[in-house]
Amino acid sequence: MKQIADWALGTAAARGAGYCDIRVVDDRQRAIATKNGVIGQATDAESLGAGIRVIASGAWGFAATDDLRRESVEAAAARAVEIARASARVKHRELALAPEPPARADWHTPCVIDPFGTPVEQNLDVLLHIDRELRSVAGITLAETSMHFRRYEQWFWSSGGADIHQVKTITGAGYAAYSFRDSEISKRSYPNSFGGQYQNRGYELVAELKLVENARRVAEEAVALHNAPQCPECVGTVILDSSQLGLQIHESIGHPIELDRVLGMEANFAGTSFLTLDKLRTLRYGSEIVNVVADATEQHGPGLGTFAYDDEGVPAQCTPIITNGLFTGYLSSRETAAEIGEPRSSGTMRAEGWNRIPLIRMTNVSILPGEDPLSLEDLISSTDDGIFMQTNRSWSIDDKRYNFQFGCEIGWEIRNGRIGRMLKNPSYSGITTEFWNSMDAICSRKEWNLWGTPNCGKGQPQQVMGTGHGAAPARFRNVKIGSAYRGT
Amino acid sequence: MLSEERAHGIFELIKKRSSADELEVLISGGRSALTRFANNTIHQNVAEENMVVSIRAIFGQKTARANTNKLDEEGLARAVKAAESIARVQQENPSMLPMATPEDAAIGEPHRPPPSRFFETTAAMTPADRAEAVSRVVGVARAEKLTAAGIYATSESCDALLNSRGVSRFHRQTSAEISITMLAGDSSGWQKANSPDARNLDPVRLAETAARKARDSAHPRELPPGKYTVVLEPAAVLDLLGFLFWDWGALAILDQRSFLTNRVGTKIFGENINIFDDVCHPLQSGAPFDGEGIQRQRVQLVDRGTVSSLVYARASAAMMRNSEHAAKVGHIRPTGHGFPLPNEIGEMPLNIVVEPASKSRHSLEQMIASTGRGVLVTRLWYIREVDPYEKILTGMTRDGTFLVEDGCLQAGVRNFRFNQSMVNFLQNVEIMSDPVRASGEESFDMVVPAMKVRDFNFTEVTKF
Repeated sequence: MKQIADWALGTAAARGAGYCDIRVVDDRQRAIATKNGVIGQATDAESLGAGIRVIASGAWGFAATDDLRRESVEAAAARAVEIARASARVKHRELALAPEPPARADWHTPCVIDPFGTPVEQNLDVLLHIDRELRSVAGITLAETSMHFRRYEQWFWSSGGADIHQVKTITGAGYAAYSFRDSEISKRSYPNSFGGQYQNRGYELVAELKLVENARRVAEEAVALHNAPQCPECVGTVILDSSQLGLQIHESIGHPIELDRVLGMEANFAGTSFLTLDKLRTLRYGSEIVNVVADATEQHGPGLGTFAYDDEGVPAQCTPIITNGLFTGYLSSRETAAEIGEPRSSGTMRAEGWNRIPLIRMTNVSILPGEDPLSLEDLISSTDDGIFMQTNRSWSIDDKRYNFQFGCEIGWEIRNGRIGRMLKNPSYSGITTEFWNSMDAICSRKEWNLWGTPNCGKGQPQQVMGTGHGAAPARFRNVKIGSAYRGT
Repeated sequence: MLSEERAHGIFELIKKRSSADELEVLISGGRSALTRFANNTIHQNVAEENMVVSIRAIFGQKTARANTNKLDEEGLARAVKAAESIARVQQENPSMLPMATPEDAAIGEPHRPPPSRFFETTAAMTPADRAEAVSRVVGVARAEKLTAAGIYATSESCDALLNSRGVSRFHRQTSAEISITMLAGDSSGWQKANSPDARNLDPVRLAETAARKARDSAHPRELPPGKYTVVLEPAAVLDLLGFLFWDWGALAILDQRSFLTNRVGTKIFGENINIFDDVCHPLQSGAPFDGEGIQRQRVQLVDRGTVSSLVYARASAAMMRNSEHAAKVGHIRPTGHGFPLPNEIGEMPLNIVVEPASKSRHSLEQMIASTGRGVLVTRLWYIREVDPYEKILTGMTRDGTFLVEDGCLQAGVRNFRFNQSMVNFLQNVEIMSDPVRASGEESFDMVVPAMKVRDFNFTEVTKF
């Protein structure tokens, strides 16, 4: 592999590039899914290639090729330089990168059971067992189950001398039960919606998720939703389960702290951010108990945003994002850090694959659990009147990340500290900073879970990336509830 | 680029390695490049070459797929082995069909072939060509004291499909796309266009329109949420409508996950709504065959407000004929809209044309002039489904939202959140323009008109 790097780095240098890096990626994925007892998907995929990024004439160029023979790699490097020179025709200043010492490293995701070493029959047995459990409940009209594995091996070299080899193993699994009756399609998912739970782990994750054990309950809830009353439209107290809070963090904290958005680099597609530079260390983002970090280190856990080095060769870091409610940090790259005068990138650049440039992506953007012991049961028992919402169903937020609206699969009335009736179609909406400032309780470590969001889209051409979000159930006051269904 | 001859060569190589009862090979890929700009600077600029071979193996009534871009003999052999080993260990699927024959694939060949969608001038575009166009866009921004962001992308691609029963399909095309956002202090404007032929795109005209929208929507007012008459530009229309068509597949009805369950043959939209799917339409793009190689048929989806037909993959058509829905869904036949197998989705229409049922057409300017009080929407953003059967969608307006009063644009307004049932939406369309090829961010490209729609439900206002 090192020879491939030599071809690319040598060609780029010979053609006048001031900087060059190359990532060679060997990516393997397996996707298995069932639907109502038959195979919905059974696919194995491999992709190998190299992406070469250069700075020439003070501007960026990038070219990627699936052909790793010398002639093709050198042609791709030459094309990257040609592209950079074209970029330089429309620029207003020379590119600068925050300094970064070259690293040499070899890192692998901790993985107990290699998922690709597990027989497909075993994977299918688990999914079909879940499927039978789901469809054993009268009223279930559609049962979907799925499992995904990925092994992402990357070699990174730079003209500055970096030489980094990383192997990530990712496992995901989950299911959903649907019930159609009259004019309603109700749905319950486990352990999370839109594919379940994903982590940087091996097949051991599948066993820990207790998929089969929860299937019947989940299916029964999907059917029971038909007879549940509609979530009222009101202003009141909301308790979010940890998976929904994870997505709330993703959309209303994770994206607006991306420094490329703040600096206008994503304005045409993903949008910008309300977190303009003047708000750093001045904005009260949330209440005193809101503490959020962007942590890519192994110590944070096996999240989809855990790695040793980012795709610019910057080591994984833990950046305080919100500290006792105060906004304290952005996600940055070498280029954007230099642009705002920071001494170093916060190490968040990642690419979807060999054929995409790295972009600023969320690592594990997590809210820290409460320090005082507080279980979900305690939290509910200390709430006189409110709604407990579980599992995301819909999500939407404006392009500066102020106004959001989320729908959940299921809600539960809370009356005098007790869970009451099931509610269908729960939703809530608000303005980001008002919402986070209304948080008055969060459960402690035992209730905290590191969720994986495997489908975060950003960039042009669009890239899909996995991000991690640690969260515990939390309570919010004076929240606008139920307006989503005003559309009927 | 892949030639038809090379595609056959790869297929023969794979056949020699395979012991499957039946074999299908899809080959897709090509060259693409995208020049991205922001802050009046090209800040990202990329190019890619990739070719993926996708192999489907069948043993009895068991099937699986393996994809690889490792096109040497070893890489292809490994992919064959992967597809076969995953297929072998499955249970039989009684609803699975054998692969299509050339006769299956040719059913209902169109009277007119699709127009060529490959243009040498587009395929030959260079980074310098794109930079030159971006330079002119930035020139418009600078002249107006605005900040430009956007993309100029070009590509050439091909799709080949061959199977062991003799189906052989090949398609190649080019694509060019420009998207431009113009940013002012407290406002913005946007335009986007896409065509197989780059010569159809006019970057300066798009930039000038986006700049005018940014300028005219400066210092936005805040209007209260509520039901408004809206004039939606074609990009906004397509981004909303795009959420409907996943439900038009027969498998979605069989799964009872479609909002059309129990509604096929029913008039649920306004009398003025006609929608059809036609890959041969001159403003459409894409391959004229589906994921099994079946010729894509023209299908009337909505006829004067009535849901008239679904689209079908081969297996879905067979299942539908034997289902409780068979008597309620009209003509059942494979229509050439299936995705590559195996998949959970089944099929969907991807070449949508929305055409007003009446000959009466109104320009965008006429729609505005006929509006006493309403809102002009350039673009929508972050649309998601709130309710799958009432088809309530939520989302935001973005990059050019205006108050219309007494037939004139009065001012820019702060962006709204909407929650709107699409069934009601298509009952409330008052007038439409001629359909045009439009491009958005939430859905695939379509041929749609601008629409004036009453009682559009804005539920909240954001801070800009």
